[in-house]
Amino acid sequence: MTLKIIASQCTSCSACEPECPNVAISEKNGTFVIDPKKCTECLGHFDEPQCAAVCPVDNTCVIDPAFPRYQVPA
Amino acid sequence: MDATTEHVGDAVGTNVETNIDMDDLMQKMAEHKGCGTSGSSGKASCGSGAGQNDLPTEIWEKVKNHPCYSEEAHHHYARMHVAVAPACNIQCNYCNRKYDCANESRPGVVSEKLTPEQAAKKVLAVASTIPQMTVLGIAGPGDPLANPEKTFKTFELISKTAPDIKLCLSTNGLTLPDHVDTIARYNVDHVTITINMVDPEVGAKIYPWIFWKHKRYTGYEAAKILTDRQLQGLEMLTERGILCKINSVMIPGINDQHLVEVNKAVKSRGAFLHNIMPLISAPEHGTVFGLNGQRGPSAQELKALQDSCEGEMNMMRHCRQCRADAVGLLGEDRSAEFTTDKIMAMDVNYDMEGRKAYQAMVEEERVAKVAAKQEELETLAGAQSDIKLLVAVATKGSGLINEHFGHAKEFQVYELSTAGAKFVGHRRVDLYCQGGFGDEDSLETVIRAINDCHAVFVAKVGGCPKADLAKAGIDPVDQYAHEFIEKSAITWFKDYLDKVKSGEIEHVARGDAAIRQGALISAA
Ligand code: SF4
Ligand code: SF4
Ligand code: SF4
Repeated sequence: MTLKIIASQCTSCSACEPECPNVAISEKNGTFVIDPKKCTECLGHFDEPQCAAVCPVDNTCVIDPAFPRYQVPA
Repeated sequence: MDATTEHVGDAVGTNVETNIDMDDLMQKMAEHKGCGTSGSSGKASCGSGAGQNDLPTEIWEKVKNHPCYSEEAHHHYARMHVAVAPACNIQCNYCNRKYDCANESRPGVVSEKLTPEQAAKKVLAVASTIPQMTVLGIAGPGDPLANPEKTFKTFELISKTAPDIKLCLSTNGLTLPDHVDTIARYNVDHVTITINMVDPEVGAKIYPWIFWKHKRYTGYEAAKILTDRQLQGLEMLTERGILCKINSVMIPGINDQHLVEVNKAVKSRGAFLHNIMPLISAPEHGTVFGLNGQRGPSAQELKALQDSCEGEMNMMRHCRQCRADAVGLLGEDRSAEFTTDKIMAMDVNYDMEGRKAYQAMVEEERVAKVAAKQEELETLAGAQSDIKLLVAVATKGSGLINEHFGHAKEFQVYELSTAGAKFVGHRRVDLYCQGGFGDEDSLETVIRAINDCHAVFVAKVGGCPKADLAKAGIDPVDQYAHEFIEKSAITWFKDYLDKVKSGEIEHVARGDAAIRQGALISAA
């Protein structure tokens, strides 16, 4: 899995962007989006997904069930 | 998006004022402090609280032209904020992050976000058009130190082209200790820290969480980290001689009593000014406090708290919690003239000499005003009375009574006593007069906002509102149109005392007044 940003709730504050250890977050059409190919749910980097921890709007950076769970490479 | 910026910092040696002799300076400081507020407190008559007695001259040098810090300068000089730092690292219960930081801006306002390059161009364009513009602040939305690259890039660009503009910054303080050296490097010499508590128990009711070192903390733990970092940052700044102002939001029932402790804690760490602002909370702002019905303080409660802290240190009473991207003298907003589109199309020619000449003229004006007040004050000498009352003044700036009652968006409030006229704050109101028609409801709102005043000084006032004001017990005074505020207020006060003495009128205390909720968003 990866995280995704619920666009309708995003305030475009940009707080998440620099926190991502994988540079997976960027601005698109006024809100921020996560590149599912780059997101690792912060596994191996931090204890909690950084984007969700810093985001001012609850439940805006959430797990995207459309993707399989990310596995830390052995 | 908690804290924001304020402005400050003057490049060494480029202060717009040169050749100020000590007497002149002292006199200005005295005025700035509301010289003559000694009265019963038994303090020296000039510079009550932490006046120049406590503050080194270099600090006064830095403060005296700062429209946010000097009560007197804010009539003459202008500041602007640019919104380059939208991210924040803490959550405040009085903030809705869809809008600007509520700490320095009024809630419910959205500023246009700018890149550092756009911001620098905007500052130069504004400074070329408005020579009084002497201060630039980075004011969020967001915490400038949660966006350090954007904040410092903006400072770098501006200090290159316009070294005479003071830079300032305000912050919630969480990452402040990490950035103190950079702040010093850019000559940012005024920093505002928003400190609402020094006790984590209290803090837990104000801050639901903070994001620090890659982790979200909540409750007591979050507030403990925050207060430790804030006080550490404050100490580090004052050690380096960087001016620190503290902002506090007064939240009745949560930190109102506690702010007296905050005041002591920040003073002992070298803060030079403490600004207590009322909580502004309305359900439509969508903040936690707005939604749970937490009320803001009344004008009387706010003044009582400011008064009880005044003996401790300088209180700032003129903060208008203006919006973060505002342009203009405090309380005025010309940002509509400087939208990004217009600025990017402008050809900016930064004229340092022109600015200096203009500012020299403003200085003359200020000196004239001080002299007029001193003269009038002397005539009060010897008058004995315990009467202390408030009056409201409609002004457009320059220390003159020069605004029409119906056009006033705010009133300045002065406390009059035999010690003189002391500026104690201002009240925002909705425009009473929209397009020439006064409408009844807004007149009522105006009266509620200045209900604790005995008189209102205006350049002009219509017959109808005049009658209603008089009925509400507020004397509408228009005979001092276009004259100096303090001088006129003192003349009026002498007359008032005489009438009380002769029995012509009876002095009665006035009630409380309401603090206007909601953002001031209309363009000037
Ligand atoms: S969960 Fe971590 S890796 Fe994924 S987008 Fe958020 S910050 Fe980046
Ligand atoms: S932190 Fe949240 S609100 Fe801010 S840009 Fe990222 S997703 Fe949007
Ligand atoms: S009056 Fe208050 S909000 Fe406005 S610029 Fe000064 S400190 Fe900032």
